[in-house]
Amino acid sequence: MKTVTSFFLLFLSVLQCFAQDVEMATGLRSSGKIYVVVLIVSIIFIGLAFYLFSIDRRLKKIEREN
Amino acid sequence: MTKSWWKLLGCALLLYSVIGGFLMPVPVLPILNESIRNLYFHVPMWFAMISLYFVSVVYSLKYLGSGKIEDDLLAVESVNTGVIFCFFGLISGSLWANITWGDPWPNDPKLNGSAIATLMYLAYLVLRNAIDEEQKRAKISAVYNVFAFPVMIVLIYILPKLTDSLHPGSGGNAAFSALPMDNMLRLVFYPAVLGWVLTAVWIMTLRYRIRLLENRHNTIS
Repeated sequence: MKTVTSFFLLFLSVLQCFAQDVEMATGLRSSGKIYVVVLIVSIIFIGLAFYLFSIDRRLKKIEREN
Repeated sequence: MTKSWWKLLGCALLLYSVIGGFLMPVPVLPILNESIRNLYFHVPMWFAMISLYFVSVVYSLKYLGSGKIEDDLLAVESVNTGVIFCFFGLISGSLWANITWGDPWPNDPKLNGSAIATLMYLAYLVLRNAIDEEQKRAKISAVYNVFAFPVMIVLIYILPKLTDSLHPGSGGNAAFSALPMDNMLRLVFYPAVLGWVLTAVWIMTLRYRIRLLENRHNTIS
């Protein structure tokens, strides 16, 4: 995992060398804080997915009763 | 659970598209900057909408053949869900356009076409509510739907391709195959499209099942 992340960071820094004149959010990423955003969006999405599954299950129950 | 594997697949693909969409490297381009990542979220909305409208047409045709009211109900719920994704597409598109093209609604053939298509489908829903008799409502709206679908495709897909549009893939504007690292974009984009289509169909089936229960309830009482 560590090698993967370091490789990824190396890749990003190489990318940064190519992109001197175009400003991307590389700074944000190298400081690691973009992961917080990814985590939050993922948690929200997983929650919504579980919510959809629970609606599905309740609906199935009602369908069986009818 | 065995029959709902595609629901899980849809969710897994969407989760992947969120993580990959934020973290995978993207082409470094002026003006677009990091907003190129919107490709993974804005464009799949339209794919989901077109898929749902297509399902709707299939079931409208099926209704015209079979006369079964269930087919008509599925066609309506598909449009109901499709309209939601359409509005997500319009809102996300105009936010994106505002920072890259400098105008939330530039006079672009694709935007105007999609606006007309949206109104067409809203008219479908209004038309349905205007007719009281069940059989008549189902038949008229099925015929309307069959005509609306090809017009929608022409408006949002074919016409913008023929004229100059700000959208990639139209007129002299190249699609993303001309971009550097286009395969990196595809790696997230196609799973995102499939994930959104599957999830949209799932939401549609939930609405359809509720509608079926309501329908049964209304006919009994």
